[in-house]
Amino acid sequence: MIDAATLYTLAGVLLFGMGLYALLAYPHLLRKILAMNVMGTGVFMVFISIAYQGPTQRADPVPHALVITGIVVAVCATGLALTLATRIQALTGSARLETDEET
Amino acid sequence: MIFEAAFWLPVAIMAPLLAALCAFLAPQRMSPLVTMIGAAITFVAVGFLSALLVRDGPTRHPVGGWGAPLGIDLAADGLSALMLMLTAVVGAAVALYAYGYFNFPGHNEETKQRYASFWPLWLFLWSALNALFLSRDVFNLYVTLELVSFAAVALTALAGKPDVLRAAMRYLLVSLAGSLFYLMGVAFLYGEFGVLDIDQLKKGVTTAPSLAAAAGLMTVGLMMKTALFPLHFWLPPAHANAIAPVSALLSGLVVKGSFYILLRAWLEIFYPLSHTGAPYLLMGLGGVAILWGSLQAIRQTRLKLLIAYSTVAQIGYLFLLMPLLFVKEQSALALTGIVCFILAHASAKAAAFLSAGAIQLVTGDDRIASLRGLMEMQPLAVVAFGAAGVSLAALPPSGGFIAKWFMLDASLAHGDWLIAAIIVAGGLLAAIYVMRVVAPLFRQPDDAVLHRLTLAPKTMTLSAFSLAVLALLLSFAGIAVMEMLSIGAIGMLGIE
Amino acid sequence: MMGWESSLPLLLFLSSFAPGLVIFFLEEEAHTTRTVLNLFGALLKLALLAIMVPGLLEGRVYETRLPLLPEIDLVLRADSLSVLFIVLSASLWLVTTIYAIGYLEYSPNRSRFFGFFSLCVSSTMGIALAGNPLTFLIFYEMLTICTYPLVVHRGTPQAMHGGRVYLAYTLSGGVVLLIGVIGLHVLAGPVEFVDGGALDAVGARSPEALRWLFPFFMVGFGVKAALVPLHGWLPRAMVAPAPVSALLHAVAVVKAGAFGIVRVVYDLYGVNLAHELGLIDPLLIAAAITIIVGSLFALNQDDLKKRLAYSTVSQVSYIILGAATFGLFGAIGGLLHLVHQGVMKITLFFCAGNFAETLGIHKVSEMDGVGRRMPLTMAAFTVAALGMIGVPPTAGFISKWFLGAGSLQAENGWALGVLLTSSLLNAAYFLPILYRGWFKPQQGAWPEEHLYGRMETHWMLLFPPAITGAFVLLLGVLANMPFGLLRWVEFLILLEYRL
Repeated sequence: MIDAATLYTLAGVLLFGMGLYALLAYPHLLRKILAMNVMGTGVFMVFISIAYQGPTQRADPVPHALVITGIVVAVCATGLALTLATRIQALTGSARLETDEET
Repeated sequence: MIFEAAFWLPVAIMAPLLAALCAFLAPQRMSPLVTMIGAAITFVAVGFLSALLVRDGPTRHPVGGWGAPLGIDLAADGLSALMLMLTAVVGAAVALYAYGYFNFPGHNEETKQRYASFWPLWLFLWSALNALFLSRDVFNLYVTLELVSFAAVALTALAGKPDVLRAAMRYLLVSLAGSLFYLMGVAFLYGEFGVLDIDQLKKGVTTAPSLAAAAGLMTVGLMMKTALFPLHFWLPPAHANAIAPVSALLSGLVVKGSFYILLRAWLEIFYPLSHTGAPYLLMGLGGVAILWGSLQAIRQTRLKLLIAYSTVAQIGYLFLLMPLLFVKEQSALALTGIVCFILAHASAKAAAFLSAGAIQLVTGDDRIASLRGLMEMQPLAVVAFGAAGVSLAALPPSGGFIAKWFMLDASLAHGDWLIAAIIVAGGLLAAIYVMRVVAPLFRQPDDAVLHRLTLAPKTMTLSAFSLAVLALLLSFAGIAVMEMLSIGAIGMLGIE
Repeated sequence: MMGWESSLPLLLFLSSFAPGLVIFFLEEEAHTTRTVLNLFGALLKLALLAIMVPGLLEGRVYETRLPLLPEIDLVLRADSLSVLFIVLSASLWLVTTIYAIGYLEYSPNRSRFFGFFSLCVSSTMGIALAGNPLTFLIFYEMLTICTYPLVVHRGTPQAMHGGRVYLAYTLSGGVVLLIGVIGLHVLAGPVEFVDGGALDAVGARSPEALRWLFPFFMVGFGVKAALVPLHGWLPRAMVAPAPVSALLHAVAVVKAGAFGIVRVVYDLYGVNLAHELGLIDPLLIAAAITIIVGSLFALNQDDLKKRLAYSTVSQVSYIILGAATFGLFGAIGGLLHLVHQGVMKITLFFCAGNFAETLGIHKVSEMDGVGRRMPLTMAAFTVAALGMIGVPPTAGFISKWFLGAGSLQAENGWALGVLLTSSLLNAAYFLPILYRGWFKPQQGAWPEEHLYGRMETHWMLLFPPAITGAFVLLLGVLANMPFGLLRWVEFLILLEYRL
């Protein structure tokens, strides 16, 4: 029987994998940026499941601190990525990485 | 107080960070001055730190007085000091160059305005790199990795053209994915061992499945950021399309940052896995990177792409000796070789990009075919490129040669003929791609073209030249590097 | 030993290196400064030698050591063998510099030319002074790099092609040498050059490994020494300006290769050990083949400089033949030829340069009657050519005499046959030039004539071949005088053979 923490860990890994797949599979930049956030969420879930120390004990605070820091970093990354994406859209009229010759 | 190394640890991070803020807020024409002041303070910090490290041995600074495991410690040993010094020297030369580059007649007002962001971004990058080299906490290293990436991506995007924006975007995405892989590895490490501090991990690690998982995730993530074959695809467009001073920073320093973490991680955390195939896998990828990257470099028709593919190839050398790091008799030689290679490659590659940038400004385009006859016009830039090429091709007398000597010595003493053969072949291939650039420079100039050229300012050519000279002078640094590495890093050497 | 004496070898290197660096930064028009720097460096070098030679005769050793790698220093050491090479290159550098000033002072990119020129000579000094294989390798590669800009100096497509071939050959040779050096390091630890050989202990322990490494050294040096079939770069590098050709052939590159072979045979393996391991006989055969093949190629060249180039291929192997002949006479002959060939060949190249600069003559077939127009140059050419053939009383005769005697001493009668055949071939490709120059009437106008007042050519072009030509005679006539070259070489060979 799988306990809740392991389930969460597995779900986190699954999210990470889904995000990675989407990152590679979809050409549109917005989808890539979203995929990146899904990956990040997967990692955060793994951290949170690690913090769980059984029903009777208090959760380990360190992973939570890490997740909060991680979220801050992820927000910054998303901001930077979106800025770049809009700039690319403005300059080339398309929010994709491939140029026309490549596709 | 100032005679204690620990005092300078936070200074080396905070000085460039504060300077970055000031340079960002200051009026545009004041930015270079602010940058210079910040750079000077950082220089002093790095200098004191290294000197005191040599005198007193490794040092630690608990930030805010908390101390590990709860707090985040900064620490420096010989390896970090070498990386700090490298960053300071290469960074300063690049900044000097950038000053000339931005003032080159021919940039319009809009471009100049965009370039003004270089100064805060460069200081920010410097601060992030210093933090990376001084962190002893795997999560904190994740944060510094991200900071380095943000600064590097923003710097790449400075050139402002669609091509470079796409390259920057790809760079950002790969870099973020790499960081997340790394962070996932950190989660596994913490889940298994309950600590994040490297020194505590070093004592506590056991061969558990989650160690292997963490090793795999973190190594893949760092390989993406270091652009080890086959995860190098983002590097050539980003490094080739950025403006020259940025290319120099990216190729010279930024890829070394993630490699530094990888090196430390394997030596201090994942060493129980050294008997698995992983180090050999990294070695194999390194070998392929050398051969494939060099062949790609030979094929290029654009100057900066050629140099960028050369970086792909040269990164291979960093990984080629991975297995030997864990062989007791060879580990000191191998580590010294790798670190010498980092130093030599950083200065030579930065010099190559800087001189290429000077040449490119003069000819107005980036094709190797347009280089004809520039030896007569810009001898200093050409000689700088040539000298950098000598080090890249690992010909004596140069830092590249010394690094290669250590590597050859270690691999042959261990009987690894294949590694030695790849090192030697890589040197010859490098000579070929360097000569593809150097030869046209020596051709008779086409007078009609040359007379309408504007020469690059002396600050540019001189800083490229001094980095190239540094790459040559590093031939005398072998013993010093070895001695520096013995400061505090002893625990890393000779681990079975 | 006193402190300042240990810096003498370093100074010997710096006396051309430092001026070279300064010259790079001079303006093109800074004619006087450049000339003064060049000559100052060359004369300083000779003065330093004058200080050192008496000390060496008293058995002193001059040595500079800089820490380079764990256990391996950068060692610059003046011993009897290195001084032989240094005296040769320092004196010839002086005359070549004078010649180059006359030759190039009105063409573009002089600062660059003289800068690299000085770096080349400095590398040669480093090669001569190198006290261990790694130091030798470092300067050997530095020489490769510094000569490239000189070979491609004119920047024409032919020059670029010549430069590319030159680099392809020499860099590959350098890699082979690197393998030899690092292999020896792994096998034997840090090794330094010692009179008589340094590998006796290793030879007793692992002779097979030493046998395997020897070809790496020979191929590595053989490329620069133009051993057939590694000689392909030499004729193509003839596109370089005449002073460069002179430098390549007589002073620096080819000589560095030959000197390397001598060093390895005498001071690394030791001639006795090399003989015991059966290593020098294959070398002897390679040298013999090169001597004959080089001469045969020379016969068919109409281009004067190319004919001289193939002649170099052949003549440099005399040195190797001497080193590979086990016995005192052969060894003496080889080392004498190291000096003699340099002096003779540089004379020939100076003269060829004069013909080209003054009259536009590049081919043997254009040389009819040139002796009447340029008698002094032609006279110098004649002396040097006769020396190459080995006619007494020129310098060439002395070295060939010793080489022949050495072949008999080592009971290699066939090697004597090689020498005689080669002399015949030398005569066959040099005598027609002399005949055309002196005895055939001039045919029409010269291809491109420049007038220099009453002199046959610019005095700076005329003076160097006259001096070196005179030396070809003097070295022959006065070979046996006390303190002469022959005495020095005898002294040296006795050390190498541990007698």
